Amino acid sequence: MNWWTNAFPEMEALRREIDRLFEDVDMPRFARVSFLPGLRARAYPLLNVREDGCAFYVEALAPGVDPESLNITVAHNQLTISGEKKPVNGGVEAEAFHRSERAAGRFTRAITLPSEVDSAAIKADYKNGLLLITLPKAEEAKAKQIAVNVG
Amino acid sequence: MAEKTVPSTVDTKAPARRDEGTRGEERFLAPPVDIYETKDGLTVVADLPGVEKDGVDVRVDDGVLTIEGRTARQADGNLIHSEFTLSDFYRQFELGEEVDQERIAAQMKHGVLTIHLPKSEKAKPRQIAVRVE
Repeated sequence: MNWWTNAFPEMEALRREIDRLFEDVDMPRFARVSFLPGLRARAYPLLNVREDGCAFYVEALAPGVDPESLNITVAHNQLTISGEKKPVNGGVEAEAFHRSERAAGRFTRAITLPSEVDSAAIKADYKNGLLLITLPKAEEAKAKQIAVNVG
Repeated sequence: MAEKTVPSTVDTKAPARRDEGTRGEERFLAPPVDIYETKDGLTVVADLPGVEKDGVDVRVDDGVLTIEGRTARQADGNLIHSEFTLSDFYRQFELGEEVDQERIAAQMKHGVLTIHLPKSEKAKPRQIAVRVE
């Protein structure tokens, strides 16, 4: 393996490491910047992941995505979201645009969840441009309460 | 020296256009927009994820188009990974005189706001037939 085939994963790992360092610094969220933001910008849709005792909640920021085109798959603890955000009207010529700030196109994104999930009970809702996926944890991944016997 | 009454030149009406700094402590995001022109008018398309139909406010005042969106907050569990924060949206555009402000229409679908700004009749190009005698 050559050094350049290794260079990009190495750099991606470095970028993530530096971003994580910044996340630990206690500053308001709006002031946070990501290291090498151009690389982060490739990730679409942006995701928030929440967790409670029984499930993971993955929230994706995906306005204007046709719900019919959304395809969500789970294998073990790997969640894949893909779909398509259609460009406006399609028939509008490029010269007619005064501003074009909204991106469009096909996307796919995969994330690894911290533990196994119950793939039969996953739910996904698309509302107001937000995709909320509820992934109940697998029985064996749930935290068990151990009673302490007082002798 | 004669006394005279000078009409006040200070406009007491609240200005339509407000700078970001005068809008209080809340944080706003400027939504990304597409604006394109057709024969009949302009169309503004804005991404407002997380905004309900009732939370969106589109106004035209003094030739300034204001888009405001309030996001409904809801959260289950503890955040373990975060890439975005749902925030309220605010953006203003100045409209030209050629927009017919009475016939502006807006609709909201899948977190995307579409506003149609029809051109006023007098701004539309008119074909003048040339008569040959």
